[in-house]
Amino acid sequence: MLNAVYQLKKPRQFELVFKDITFDDEHVIVRPTHLSICNADQRYYQGNRPEEILNQKLPMALIHEAIGKVVYDPTGQFKVGDPVVMIPNLPCENDEVIAENYLRSSKFRASGNDGFMQEYIQTVPDRLVKLPEGINLTVAAFTEIVSVSYHAIVRFMKTAHARRNVIGVWGDGNLGYITSLLLKSMYPDIRVYVMGLDKSKLNDFTFADGIYLVNDIPDDFRMDHAFECVGGNGAPRAINQIIDYIHPEGTIGILGVTEDNAPINTRMILEKGLRMIGSSRSGREDFVNLVELYKDKPEVVEYLENIVGEQVVVRDIKDISRAFEKDIHKLIGKTIMVWDK
Amino acid sequence: MSKVYGVILAGGIGTRMGNVEKPKQFMELGGKPIIVHTIEKFIMNSEFCGILVLTPKQWIKHTEDLIRKYAQMDERVKVIEGGSTRNETIMNAIAHIERKGDLDEDTIIVTHDSVRPFLTHRIIEENIQYAKEYGACDTVIPATDTIVESKNHQLISSIPDRSKMYQGQTPQSFKAKHLKDIYESLTDEEKEILTDACKILVIKGENVHLVEGEESNIKITYPYDLRVAEALLGGC
Repeated sequence: MLNAVYQLKKPRQFELVFKDITFDDEHVIVRPTHLSICNADQRYYQGNRPEEILNQKLPMALIHEAIGKVVYDPTGQFKVGDPVVMIPNLPCENDEVIAENYLRSSKFRASGNDGFMQEYIQTVPDRLVKLPEGINLTVAAFTEIVSVSYHAIVRFMKTAHARRNVIGVWGDGNLGYITSLLLKSMYPDIRVYVMGLDKSKLNDFTFADGIYLVNDIPDDFRMDHAFECVGGNGAPRAINQIIDYIHPEGTIGILGVTEDNAPINTRMILEKGLRMIGSSRSGREDFVNLVELYKDKPEVVEYLENIVGEQVVVRDIKDISRAFEKDIHKLIGKTIMVWDK
Repeated sequence: MSKVYGVILAGGIGTRMGNVEKPKQFMELGGKPIIVHTIEKFIMNSEFCGILVLTPKQWIKHTEDLIRKYAQMDERVKVIEGGSTRNETIMNAIAHIERKGDLDEDTIIVTHDSVRPFLTHRIIEENIQYAKEYGACDTVIPATDTIVESKNHQLISSIPDRSKMYQGQTPQSFKAKHLKDIYESLTDEEKEILTDACKILVIKGENVHLVEGEESNIKITYPYDLRVAEALLGGC
């Protein structure tokens, strides 16, 4: 079957190509229905990756956050029409110690491999997780980024010491919102404080125990642990501020992606005996457990509805560009492409 | 719920394909016969209760063998004999549906050229939707070239307003029983002239809704088209 694949050929230019899909007994075919734009997609779209990376990875279909409907399943694990979230991480081996999302051999959609901006996705069944009936599909569309926060929190909790009275989250964007929301939902007893640059954005973090502008944090404020969800050029300042405010032996979870190396106060990391734990992407287990969390705590999905931004129906390549351009100008929120291509 | 049938028209004998002897639907594209790609797109849509492939009698076995070889067997796919013209072929499909006891006022057929393998999920979905809603629909794209009419093939008789012109593609989709009734009401002479199923309805004053096609939904008729099709497959 000739499958339409919408690739980014070069920054700001999408192109339609067709790739053959051969039916077999092992692969499920999914029709994408809702796709969500991530900052990583934007870095390719706007050409904000180093030129050698762009030359190496493009042309490539973008988008690694998406849901769809099963249209063909010879494995019998799904019914035709089942709504599913698709896992972008593509492990090539099993390792007893290293998680699938950290194996250097793993591939990832929309980073060297075609992403979900396709007419159909052919995949093995373990890269799909069935969604609960009736879930808000625009929220479900960005399950992947939520699973990244989920993964980071689970991993963090295995490392951070047991005194967890106060945790700070730096970042008032989507990742900060999702991480602080999950943290509060999974650990209601922990007091979660969110630090950011924009008061109007911070005001939306209604579930948090406190919010502070980064230049207005009380001198006596202290937390046991912290998450950095800033990324980009702001990450070094955020990390150094965390180092200043955190109690000794605290753990700092780093989630923000930076293009350049971040200069950080290593002297104080040593003096306070801090731990820093990086985390990236997520694996099947995180998706499965997150979908269970959505079922158990529907209020999480309701809160996530607050960060659904523009919804763009895509019937034409021009609509894809329109969605990406709208996404650039958003203040906060996830831009969703309703896939009708 | 209305029954929906895919009707893939593979009646072409390939006379326009240069020195190639095989009908063009059997030419390979990306390592697979064109017709197989087309059938697979129909298999992807669960709304079809049957997918009828209509081909000249001498090519039925060959078509069945290709489906078995390349496509995952799907019990909905059935290869049957086409007719002498495009419309007769469609009528054969409707007769088959009737014999199965599936023909009623709401039965939908989505008819498609087997040599248009680039059709998309959306085009099929909208054909089904509009045929249910309006009774008939035709897949088109806005005309990009100016259309020139010449009645004597020497001088221009008119140049229609391009903004109102469209190029017809397929699928064309219909309420099957209604199409059959109208076709049967035509005289033999009318049947000879009205080679396009949508045209029959339009001439009889029936509404045919437009479905937005795609530039890439090309018909592979000439050797040049096959080159274009191979270029579209550049991503392989």
